[in-house]
Amino acid sequence: MNRFAWLLDRLAYEPRRNAKLALIVDYLRSTPDPDRGYALAAMTGGLVFRNAKAGLIRALIAERTDPVLFALSYDYVGDLSETVALMWPARHGANAVPHLPEVVQSLREAGKTDLPRLVASWLDALDETGRWALLKLITGALRIGVSSRLAKTAAASLGGVAVDEVEQVWHGLEPPYAELFAWLEGKSPRPEARDPAPFRPVMLSHAIEDGDFDKLDPAEFSAEWKWDGIRVQVASGLRADGSRLTRLYSRTGEDIAVAFPDLVEELTQDGALDGELLVMRESAVQSFNTLQQRLNRKTVTPKMLGEFPAHIRVYDLLVDGDEDIRHLPFEERRERLEAFLSRLASVRFDLSPVIPFQTWEELAAARADPAAAGAGADAEAVEGCMIKRLDSPYLAGRPKGYWWKWKRDARLVDCVLMYAQRGHGKRSSFYSDYTFGVWRSGEGGEELVPVGKAYFGFTDEELLEIDKYVRKNTVNRFGPVREVTHDAGSGLVFEVAFEGLQRSTRHKSGLAMRFPRINRIRWDKPPREADRIETLEAMLPTNG
Amino acid sequence: MTLARQSARWRPSELLLPTPAGLFCPPADIYIDPVRPVARALITHGHSDHARAGHGAVLATRETLAIMALRYGEGFSRAQQAVVPGEVIRIGEVDFRFVPAGHVLGSAQIVVESRGLRIVVSGDYKRERDPTCATFEPVPCDIFITEATFGLPVFRHPPAAGEVGKLLESVRLFPERTHIVGAYSLGKAQRVMALIREAGYERPIHIHGAVEKITAFYQAEGVPLGEIHMVAGADRKVLGGEIVICPPSATQDLWARRFPDPVTAFASGWMRIRARARQKGVELPLVISDHADWDDLLATIREVQAGEIWVTHGEADALVHWCGTAGLKARPLHLVGYGDEGEAEDAGEVADAAV
Repeated sequence: MNRFAWLLDRLAYEPRRNAKLALIVDYLRSTPDPDRGYALAAMTGGLVFRNAKAGLIRALIAERTDPVLFALSYDYVGDLSETVALMWPARHGANAVPHLPEVVQSLREAGKTDLPRLVASWLDALDETGRWALLKLITGALRIGVSSRLAKTAAASLGGVAVDEVEQVWHGLEPPYAELFAWLEGKSPRPEARDPAPFRPVMLSHAIEDGDFDKLDPAEFSAEWKWDGIRVQVASGLRADGSRLTRLYSRTGEDIAVAFPDLVEELTQDGALDGELLVMRESAVQSFNTLQQRLNRKTVTPKMLGEFPAHIRVYDLLVDGDEDIRHLPFEERRERLEAFLSRLASVRFDLSPVIPFQTWEELAAARADPAAAGAGADAEAVEGCMIKRLDSPYLAGRPKGYWWKWKRDARLVDCVLMYAQRGHGKRSSFYSDYTFGVWRSGEGGEELVPVGKAYFGFTDEELLEIDKYVRKNTVNRFGPVREVTHDAGSGLVFEVAFEGLQRSTRHKSGLAMRFPRINRIRWDKPPREADRIETLEAMLPTNG
Repeated sequence: MTLARQSARWRPSELLLPTPAGLFCPPADIYIDPVRPVARALITHGHSDHARAGHGAVLATRETLAIMALRYGEGFSRAQQAVVPGEVIRIGEVDFRFVPAGHVLGSAQIVVESRGLRIVVSGDYKRERDPTCATFEPVPCDIFITEATFGLPVFRHPPAAGEVGKLLESVRLFPERTHIVGAYSLGKAQRVMALIREAGYERPIHIHGAVEKITAFYQAEGVPLGEIHMVAGADRKVLGGEIVICPPSATQDLWARRFPDPVTAFASGWMRIRARARQKGVELPLVISDHADWDDLLATIREVQAGEIWVTHGEADALVHWCGTAGLKARPLHLVGYGDEGEAEDAGEVADAAV
């Protein structure tokens, strides 16, 4: 456990990707099985302990510390595991320091009644870093700046193979991955990719800049709408026993199929599709707000399936039957995709339409007015265009020169900072989450009404400035939240950019912003000159 | 009976009260560590948030006066008077006594006593051994005024020697990389150098221009720091494997990037919190503090046996709460201008000396 803790500790402080990679490679090389396999599982999110939860840790610390002191400390540190690791009353030498495999096995097998005693005995035995690592392991959120892909890249380099080769066999393997390491170290053959519906790393695009168009010939490109939904990959294949396995993956490879039985049961052909998850009613795409009702759920009720029917607007085909076609040019994959979807004939899967254009000016006009350029009633769910080279293969990651996204210009509004809250993680102890409002006529005259909350869009230097401003201009405190002075004459104005606007009954203002961010800080602007609610209401889509 | 009335015991706020300019003692008409220019000031130590320029008369230890003169120039106040620790200075009917606080060289607590009421203004203080300054002396009192920079139970500073051990271990592991250690230029920087020497490291230590004057002063005061080189003149490229000490803000500057593949370290109590270290891009956090940690705050409060605790700055809420659970009367003073959560280090001084 100490060596694993040492690795996590080093990784947490190491900002450079290559240095992180070197640390993990070194660890995997010099650590025996099964320890290294469990460490790899921890870094790839492969360890889930049903009975060990954050609640257990809260209960343990509650028995040992004053609740007020704990709350103040947690608010300050901004991370549960770290707070507990630091506050835990040390009892060095109380027990033997546990080994990682022993910890993992016990966490898997121990019942709810045994766990608290077990975890407490480990915490007693470990030092601060060890406690922190153990608690990170239990809560599952390592937050050490290591992606699952980076960890797999490190493993792949043990065998000098490409990470995609590891990715191919990954879903058929279980921690502690003895077979994987044996293969990578040349001691046994490549494990069979037993998974009939594995995840394939997705292809991502670059944001296009105005100057880029001069270098690109429109005849070599195809364009589609960029939909305001969730990027997904759906893969289907037959198990050894002939039954069908269909998986729905998020863009990072997380399987979210369980919340979307309505989609999963509709894919009855072998293959892998790339597309946008949307909610559609009467063949019209619904807003992202509506889609959110279906997201981040572990289960789904029949009522929800009826009210929020899920669809996939498909834009690429990675595997056709059992043939991997990612190496084919986009144009050919698109033809295959059209044939695939017409065979499938499901209302849940439709084809992402192509935007016709001859020149970049024509595409710019379409992007400015999607409704008139073929998007029709779905125009509100369009957030720009995707531009793809006709000859582009489907490549993992964000390769240069193939795909671009051209977002619609964000909308801007001047708002007044009203409340600030301390951030978490890297920003704990900084007031980095801002609630802002616009003016409206209230009963007692002009008043500010909150319209949104944002926690990014500013630089680290600007964060320091705003943080200082918040501390100097606090008029009220509510736990971690500070009310900041906001009247006509004094206060701080933010130029807020956002992508879309919806009516909302949950907000006092009746409005909800999509992707709000701080575009500029208007130190120069007096609050009385900030925008009014009427300006925002005029930006609402006409059909609500 | 006028006499009897005069010698009636002060209510605490008659002897010392918080004002926007700082703690004020009305019967002596004098401020302690004022944050605004005042006619008469007592200064606990030389850090810029406590010792400001522009007062009329300043009373402080000889070392603190010297540090203020180094930072602000000889004319930092109209008049200056040095006080010897332990000596009693009577102003009006109030006795003032300076007692070592263990924070930095010359740092003192100020004991304020009149008509049988004794208040101790501790200033910033720590209890851990420090080879560069006199050790904190607990003074029993009626009211103890404490800082709470690290007033949360997550702050438990490990022994400083072990932290310096981590630094030296890293220097051994990466003999080709320069180790840049951010440390506050008054006190922390010199303490780190002294600890490095105690650990047996004999190579020259390199320092940033902003640390030079105070370091020379420490050496002149007899603190053994070994061979110290200024970085300014040296070719940074040849400093691979060496230790360089600079003000915290310089670790993020262009200045720091000119060293060969530098390892960024930072010596501060804040390094206990991972997010703090990451915010500053620190790869090698060294938990070394010149402030009392949580356990030492509590131990000190118990030791001075005061009936009442006033908390000046820092994480006052938690410390006041703990006092309540321990049956002690306590209140936060909400004094502004100190520490700003303990990270006050005038950026100006770095800019002046940046080379």
